[in-house]
Amino acid sequence: MNRDTEGSLQHWVSAVLRFGVVLAAAIGALGGVYYLIRHGSEPVAYHTFTGDANPNRLVGEVFKGVLAFRARSIMQLGALVLIATPVARVFVSLLGFVKEKDRTYVVITLIVLLTLLGSIVGGAIRG
Amino acid sequence: MAGKVTVLVFTLIVFVTAILAGFVGSLTGLGGGVIITPVLTLFLGVDIRYAIGASLVSVIATSSGAAAAYVRDGLSNIRIGMFLEIATTFGALLGAFLALYVNAQVLVTIFGLVLLQAAWQTVRAHKEAKADAPPDPLGQKLALAGTYQTPEGPQSYEVHRVKAGFAMMFGAGAISGLLGIGSGTFKVIAMDQIMKLPFKVSTATSNFMIGVTAAASAGVYLSRGYVDPGLTMPVMLGVLIGSVTGARFMSRLPVKLLRQVFAVVTAAIAIEMIVSGIRGGA
Repeated sequence: MNRDTEGSLQHWVSAVLRFGVVLAAAIGALGGVYYLIRHGSEPVAYHTFTGDANPNRLVGEVFKGVLAFRARSIMQLGALVLIATPVARVFVSLLGFVKEKDRTYVVITLIVLLTLLGSIVGGAIRG
Repeated sequence: MAGKVTVLVFTLIVFVTAILAGFVGSLTGLGGGVIITPVLTLFLGVDIRYAIGASLVSVIATSSGAAAAYVRDGLSNIRIGMFLEIATTFGALLGAFLALYVNAQVLVTIFGLVLLQAAWQTVRAHKEAKADAPPDPLGQKLALAGTYQTPEGPQSYEVHRVKAGFAMMFGAGAISGLLGIGSGTFKVIAMDQIMKLPFKVSTATSNFMIGVTAAASAGVYLSRGYVDPGLTMPVMLGVLIGSVTGARFMSRLPVKLLRQVFAVVTAAIAIEMIVSGIRGGA
């Protein structure tokens, strides 16, 4: 990989990571403040695990909740943006290796990207 | 303490605790995730499955934030990171599926053991591993060698024992997926002790890899309801704020002394976890 491509790949990877974290934190903070205003006086229950009752465990449900302006779904959207950030970073690396026509690393990056998408699509999108 | 506490009070307690965990995590190099989980489970009575879900998300935030700077400065080796991420993502998936079938007490016990190892790792004298063999041909084939900036100018390095490093990374990924932590200490061991990379490059590349490793198990965690937004958000924001602050103050604090103090505290918490996991009190 020549120095210029390497430099520009570093630049884009760094930018994607920074942007994703800041966006996720901003959405999470907004949702969090709204959640405390709406539900701050309710009791908490994190000592018993009721995972399957969590409506925000599927991506589609999170989007529905955001459109309905539900505070917990807005916070969860922040988490989804954060989880998507490394995936976007891998995708940007893939573009860099494609541009450089580096076959070996295109294949390596594709394996990682497909594993990530498989986990997220298989788990959190289809359910 | 759960039950009578309101969401507002609980959220503020979690938020402040997470800031402290992020601060200590960045000073010691342990990472915030490995510190927040025991605090949530032992002191705030949170079920460990919610704790590791929240911790996993916070780990993506801190490592991505740190990696943005390391990548920009050319310290992270993108090729080594991408190649080893094959191992960590597959390991992470295996770990996350195991987490679904292992009961909470066993998770607490394993967490305690990993934490004990991490505490030991922070205080043990660091020896820059000397390369005494020619570079690994597989590493040359994959063009893994690189250059990084040191105060004495650019320094180039070669890569050794790629297969052994790859195997260790699979293990690091599995622990990350099982316990919802970045397992940065294991990643650094794989790179600096096994593959003989410079310590700075190992740390920077480890941070670069942690986000992708964690994202691989995040799909499994999300779909099983481990990621509860009400707990995850204050943890994520707190750990992020704490670790950014920690990195900023690092040069002005007696880091070596703090590391020793925190290593003792961490070891005590680890033993507490092991005991409570075995007794079934968690």
